[in-house]
Amino acid sequence: MKDREVWRPKVRRIVALVKKETRQMIRDPSTIAVGIVLPVILILLFGFGLSLDVSNVPLAVVMQDSSASAENLLAAFALSPYFRPQVVHSSQTADRLMMEGSVDGILTIPSDFARRFSAGDARVQLAVNGIDSNRARIIESYVEGAVGAWSARQSAETGAAAAGGPVNIQSRLWFNSANDSHYFLVPGLIVLVMTLIGAFLTAMVVAREWERGTFEALFVSPVRSGEIILGKTIPYFGLGVLGLLLCVASGKFLFHVPVVGSLAVLVGGSMLYVLVAVGVGLLISSYFKNQLVASQLTMLATFMPALMLSGFLFDLRSMPAGIRAITYLLPARYYVALLQTTFLAGDIWPVILPNGAVLAVMVALLGYASRAVTHKRLG
Amino acid sequence: MAASLVTGKDLRKVFRAPGNGGEVRALDGVSIEVCAGELTALVGPDGAGKTTLIRLMAGLLAADAGSLRVLGIDPAIEPQRVQDRIGYMPQKFGLYEDLSVQENLDLYADLHGVCPQERRQRYPQLMEMTDLGRFTGRLAGQLSGGMKQKLGLACTLVRSPELLLLDEPTVGVDPLSRRELWVIVEHLVREEGLTVLTSTSYLDEAEKAARVLVLHEGRALAQSEPAQVTRIAAGRSVVLDPGPGNSARSLQARLLDDPEVIDAVPDGGLVRLVRAAQAQPGETIAGLSATPVEPRFEDGFMVLLRGRAAHEAGVDIRLQRPPAPAEAGAAVEVRDLVKRFGEFTAVNHVSFEVRRGEIFGLLGPNGAGKTTTFRMLCGLLPPSGGMLRVAGVDVGSAGAAARARLGYVAQKFSLYGALTVRENLEFFASAYGLRGAMRRERIDWALRQFDLGAHGRTASGQLPGGFKQRLAMGAALLHEPEILFLDEPTSGADPLARRAFWRRITTLAEQGVTVIVTTHFMQEAEYCDRIAIMDGGQVLAQGSPAQIRRHALAADGRQASMESAFIAVVEAARAGEAAARP
Repeated sequence: MKDREVWRPKVRRIVALVKKETRQMIRDPSTIAVGIVLPVILILLFGFGLSLDVSNVPLAVVMQDSSASAENLLAAFALSPYFRPQVVHSSQTADRLMMEGSVDGILTIPSDFARRFSAGDARVQLAVNGIDSNRARIIESYVEGAVGAWSARQSAETGAAAAGGPVNIQSRLWFNSANDSHYFLVPGLIVLVMTLIGAFLTAMVVAREWERGTFEALFVSPVRSGEIILGKTIPYFGLGVLGLLLCVASGKFLFHVPVVGSLAVLVGGSMLYVLVAVGVGLLISSYFKNQLVASQLTMLATFMPALMLSGFLFDLRSMPAGIRAITYLLPARYYVALLQTTFLAGDIWPVILPNGAVLAVMVALLGYASRAVTHKRLG
Repeated sequence: MAASLVTGKDLRKVFRAPGNGGEVRALDGVSIEVCAGELTALVGPDGAGKTTLIRLMAGLLAADAGSLRVLGIDPAIEPQRVQDRIGYMPQKFGLYEDLSVQENLDLYADLHGVCPQERRQRYPQLMEMTDLGRFTGRLAGQLSGGMKQKLGLACTLVRSPELLLLDEPTVGVDPLSRRELWVIVEHLVREEGLTVLTSTSYLDEAEKAARVLVLHEGRALAQSEPAQVTRIAAGRSVVLDPGPGNSARSLQARLLDDPEVIDAVPDGGLVRLVRAAQAQPGETIAGLSATPVEPRFEDGFMVLLRGRAAHEAGVDIRLQRPPAPAEAGAAVEVRDLVKRFGEFTAVNHVSFEVRRGEIFGLLGPNGAGKTTTFRMLCGLLPPSGGMLRVAGVDVGSAGAAARARLGYVAQKFSLYGALTVRENLEFFASAYGLRGAMRRERIDWALRQFDLGAHGRTASGQLPGGFKQRLAMGAALLHEPEILFLDEPTSGADPLARRAFWRRITTLAEQGVTVIVTTHFMQEAEYCDRIAIMDGGQVLAQGSPAQIRRHALAADGRQASMESAFIAVVEAARAGEAAARP
């Protein structure tokens, strides 16, 4: 009986706050812009504009050997959709082309290629333009793959070579067998959109309440600070779900990205992350109480790391140990791992559970911290 | 005596100034008593500690020392129990501008747990009281300042609070809306027995309260019935007639220097004086016969304030190169000026003329279009239509040329808070193109004339309000402009700082500088040669203060105050508008 008397007005107040927040959200063009227009723009921009796929790589091939084997290898490159080989006869010419930037790599087939190939000890030399290290590494592995595939085929056809083939390179890309970068860009985009909605929007609206003095009026009423926090969290949580569905749907229908895992895991994990993001936004804005500072700081503290340090664009394993250590503090890191697994590999529980657990702990900590910061006090 | 709902003893609160660790003593040992069923007013200029004291009572801040009980509860320890029972309207009204009038009301009713039957009974009452019934669907952000303030009040009254705290409910609102709000508050106290504590920087509003607490720089000057404060000046208030051909303004400026004079203000063509000693019958002051008058609350306040604050020495400004003696022709000519922002017409066919060496005042509430007009005059904003000539040049085509001849002091003074006083002056001097010896000379002049020498190394953000205003004026005068624009220079300043400000303006005008100034203090119109009253983007009336005052004659045939003249002008204009509408 007592419980009901305490809970009924509490629920009524939370409902009133959620209603108010939702109305403001719908009427504020900037919320719609960040919550719905921005995700769409990001998806189109990243989806069509930014592609990490490498194809039609201009490649200078220095033919020092004119044997059938060498010609055969060149043909394998010429037929591949990934390369556009250009035959040159001196390494000086090749160097010049590389300097001019008209080729991205030089493949040298030495004069003893055919001889050593039949002996099972063939070598080719590859030089790649390393300015864009990511692209360089991809080209490197493509060349290795092409050469490996060629030599394997040769061994199979002639049956003459030694066991295992002369150039035994095998490179295979796991979980992205179509090698389409949209497959990992779309999950990454979801991370960005969830970060924007959760952290950025919440930080903005909370700071706005401080700035406009509306919190002052709310504070001197029966509303408790926990209710204010819930009243902010619930609507942005809802907007987060909307943004998520928008991303998943566009990923599926625009870029044909399959969801291998279950939608339930996807939604559940995303909800944990939105709560983390909302917590960060609440914390920052309750501390700084100024829209400009709060928005800048939220961008720096959540959006930029989610873009650069979450493993979405850049591989975490190739980062220096110091920076990699920092990434363990970033919620986006766990969410990216969770999302990419669910999207591309399926419900792999050994990956999902630990990452989800870290997010859940973060939700609890942030919830506690925002309660502590949003006490009903000024100054 | 009625039970007291608030008892505060020796309250202290110190804030740290951001940045350099300086301290601001917001409250320095203030005691207060608020009795049930009464209207209590906290009176004082900006920075007196009014808002801090109200926030202590609302449980939004905790005092550093002293004891406070609100409804018998210590709000620092159990804020929620206090907040459940009181109503509070913060300075910015606490409204959600993107919610409609009805939605704002519903939100607060939900939060206070007002049940549907109660609402059915309460809403019509509130709507009738505030006259907002026609606007329930309108967004709060689209209401005028006066309507927002009434809605803010209605939101605190969705249920009957045991104590209502209002933080400067009338600041920046037009006199008409101020009067309406006071009618509502007085009704609540008298008819519904509500206990109200309100703060205000308008001294004349204090007289409406049962008790006042007069605050100045964190200390209480008095706590009593307002009449008792007024009585302090009994027998000391007189008026002087400067006689034909003499201006009240320059007589007043001269009288302020007299150590026997506590206060002097121009008032309806006369000079109103508060003397340090009791006036003798038939006495003459400065060779003029003094007529005793009934003291006002402000007179008593000034006596109290003079007891605390040092008498500021003569503040005459001497220009090094005063503008050439007034040639015929207008310094500023405005004809049919229009400014639209999208659908909204901020300035609607405004015309006026300012003669050289004149002090011209633009009066009106917030949102009347004063600042927009100013920005167009200074070439900061292109007009949507009409003609503008400043110092004989068309601002539209010769913006830079015209701007070199005018000085502009923006609202809230555009100073660089992190730079020192001297650095600010150096920056503005460079911005005006002053170099070398000339630059040094002008900066020294400004430091000397505005008494800023001692503060040269102080960061301007740390200056007290009055000094900020002086620095801003000094910076605007560095390039010796012919025309000086001042946007709300006295807003929130204490009466002493305001007197000193007008004193400087008067001496500038005497040396040939044309001054155009905006203000929402109606009494300050008396310092102007001519004024224009603006409301809703239009000029409703213009002329000398005496001409404007003639719009409203008091019942006894005496000239009315500038404030009632303003109300009469605005009411007539609004009635005309209503009649013109089909």
